[in-house]
Amino acid sequence: MGIRYSSHAARLAAGLLLAAFSLLVGASTPTVDHRELKALQGPFATGPEVTEACLSCHNKAAHQVMDSIHWQWETISPTTGKKLGKQHAANNFCGSVLSNEPRCTSCHAGYGWTDKNYDFTKQENVDCLACHDTTGTYKKVPTDAGHPLYEAREMPKGSGKIVQPPDLAKIAQNVGRPGRQNCGACHFNGGGGDAVKHGDLDTSLIKPSRELDVHMAQDGANMVCADCHTFNDHKPSGSRYAAISKDTDGKDMRYGAHTRATCESCHDLAPHGNERLDNHVNKIACQTCHIPEFARGGIGTKTLWDWSTAGKRGPDGKPLFIKDEHGHLTYSAEKGDFEYGENVRPSYKWYNGVVHQIAITDKIDDSRILELNRVEGSASDPNARIWPFKVMVGKQPYDPVNKTLVVNHVYGADDTSFWSNFDYEKSIKAGMAYAGFPYSGQFDFIETRMNWFITHMVAPKEQAVRCNECHTRSDDGRLAEITDIYLPGRDRNHWVDLFGGVAIVGAIGAGALHGIARILTHRKGKGK
Amino acid sequence: MSENRIYIYKRYERFWHWSQAALIIVMMITGFEIHGSYTLMGFRDAVNLHTLAAWALLVLWAFTIFWQFTTGEWRQYLPSMRNVSAMVLYYTVGIFKDVPHPFRKTVVQKHNPLQRLAYLALLAFISPLIWGSGLLYLFYAQWPALGLDKVLSLEGVAIAHTLGAFLITAFFFIHVYLTTTGHTVFAHIKAMITGWEEIHEEPVARPGAARKP
Repeated sequence: MGIRYSSHAARLAAGLLLAAFSLLVGASTPTVDHRELKALQGPFATGPEVTEACLSCHNKAAHQVMDSIHWQWETISPTTGKKLGKQHAANNFCGSVLSNEPRCTSCHAGYGWTDKNYDFTKQENVDCLACHDTTGTYKKVPTDAGHPLYEAREMPKGSGKIVQPPDLAKIAQNVGRPGRQNCGACHFNGGGGDAVKHGDLDTSLIKPSRELDVHMAQDGANMVCADCHTFNDHKPSGSRYAAISKDTDGKDMRYGAHTRATCESCHDLAPHGNERLDNHVNKIACQTCHIPEFARGGIGTKTLWDWSTAGKRGPDGKPLFIKDEHGHLTYSAEKGDFEYGENVRPSYKWYNGVVHQIAITDKIDDSRILELNRVEGSASDPNARIWPFKVMVGKQPYDPVNKTLVVNHVYGADDTSFWSNFDYEKSIKAGMAYAGFPYSGQFDFIETRMNWFITHMVAPKEQAVRCNECHTRSDDGRLAEITDIYLPGRDRNHWVDLFGGVAIVGAIGAGALHGIARILTHRKGKGK
Repeated sequence: MSENRIYIYKRYERFWHWSQAALIIVMMITGFEIHGSYTLMGFRDAVNLHTLAAWALLVLWAFTIFWQFTTGEWRQYLPSMRNVSAMVLYYTVGIFKDVPHPFRKTVVQKHNPLQRLAYLALLAFISPLIWGSGLLYLFYAQWPALGLDKVLSLEGVAIAHTLGAFLITAFFFIHVYLTTTGHTVFAHIKAMITGWEEIHEEPVARPGAARKP
């Protein structure tokens, strides 16, 4: 009875929590009207000028940001102790920030990261507006090291389209809590374009249907990213380097932890009102059943990226680009071959909270496919649960002598960058020299895999994965690759089944034979 | 005719027999679907129905065990090796020669000696196997709290349960076939429905007849 009571109480509390959210976000009246502040009247010539104006009141804000991964692009994994973050971790998308800074750092929460000698201590270079703009007009230029436009420019070059700079004063006067567009500007476009990287994050989440995302839909909970990814002193919660595999605390309010980036921190530990489903929570992550497919918003996510074919030229001698019927590039001279997927069923793996993320300088084993971020776990591990992943298939350059991955200098208007010259010899040599990493001078391509946690695009409960999609003998069962468990409906002992089959057939057969014999002998007896 | 009939199966006994039969049939059908042998109503519904039927049968058994002991009917299951060979001989030889049935049902002895042995085996071996493994299976989530997760594996319990299921299914088919071995094909089933057994007195002496009441 105690269990029942607490689960009812839990649901009531969850309702109150949501109500509290809507009060905080929707109904409370701010005590500051930024439009009236003298410091924000402008005009502002640059982003850093706006930041200085912000800091004239929020004098600790920049230092909070500067202590976060959004600024440092560097973090120590709490589980492996390894130094990670975009500055160090390898991926099988664009490659490395090093030598490509002005392009990559258009998503840095700061201004002016143009090269490896960036000064991370200048607080005026913190970009407040990327996260706090509420007008939707603030945009960081893709190639300007995190700066927005300051004067009218033709973009893209040669298109004849003149883009006007945003009104920084108006934006500064209309700051507020981060919305979907603020986070999405970078996180929906990771990997160089909409939906490319994650599979469960793309621009369809700006205005999602309830079917696509039950939390973010306007007719659903209408939540924004930061409602779950709560920030403490400008530090976000939730990380793909150390996603919490099994939250055993449940609702975070009791602990005052203020980190809601797990399902359990709102839904608690036994959310189904059904004991059998609640029992699954011990071994199955919520996402495994509640996100039946990723890339469900109508935008294809990249599922394969093969760098080894990049650099081809067409019959006209120009770099070759081939698009499919959706307008997606399937081949790019700059990047190689691509494949995309929509409504993709995730791969399922045990995960215990430990991610073995490869850094660019790590020694690698090139005798087999390289898993860039192996997730640890097994059925016997009490911290492990079965999680869904987008497994990105890659083929990328590496140094076959030193056995490391390489820094490929792709971006820049110089005679070594790959996207200008399509010459790996030059671009890898330049990238490695710039980074200061040892390079043998030889390169080859290695097949890689990368695991992306599927944790967004939660579907309404009616669309959750059904029992028989896992509990099935079909080779196509969702958990076909999870073989270290006994899965009812899938697994059996063949000897017991053989014995049992023989016993049943024997019982029926013996009865039938006995019966036939009775009928025959009875007739004979009658005939006498 | 009335002098040739005896009221052998009481009302509760018939209710118990047929509701148990229905529940076991439901559990066989849903159980083998859960096992993955075929798809009928879907895994989820099969699991829910199987579990419901299991609880219903447990309740039925609780009442029935009470009934068996308060009425003394439990003695019907006491085994005896006496006359077992006569029954075996009847089923393997006599039945084909229209030899009269060697056992005569009475109110105090409604099961023939072979039946007693079979039911006792069911109660002593197959039932504990099925109920033990089934209840462990049902309470799998509580294993860690009970300290069972260190000594049991789901695979072992599931396979034991499957073995029990095969055995009772084989028993079921033999049981159903043997109901046709009365003096007419449906005589036994009719008695189990109405409670009244028709007694066919044979003029000849019965070899190896059971004790007189």
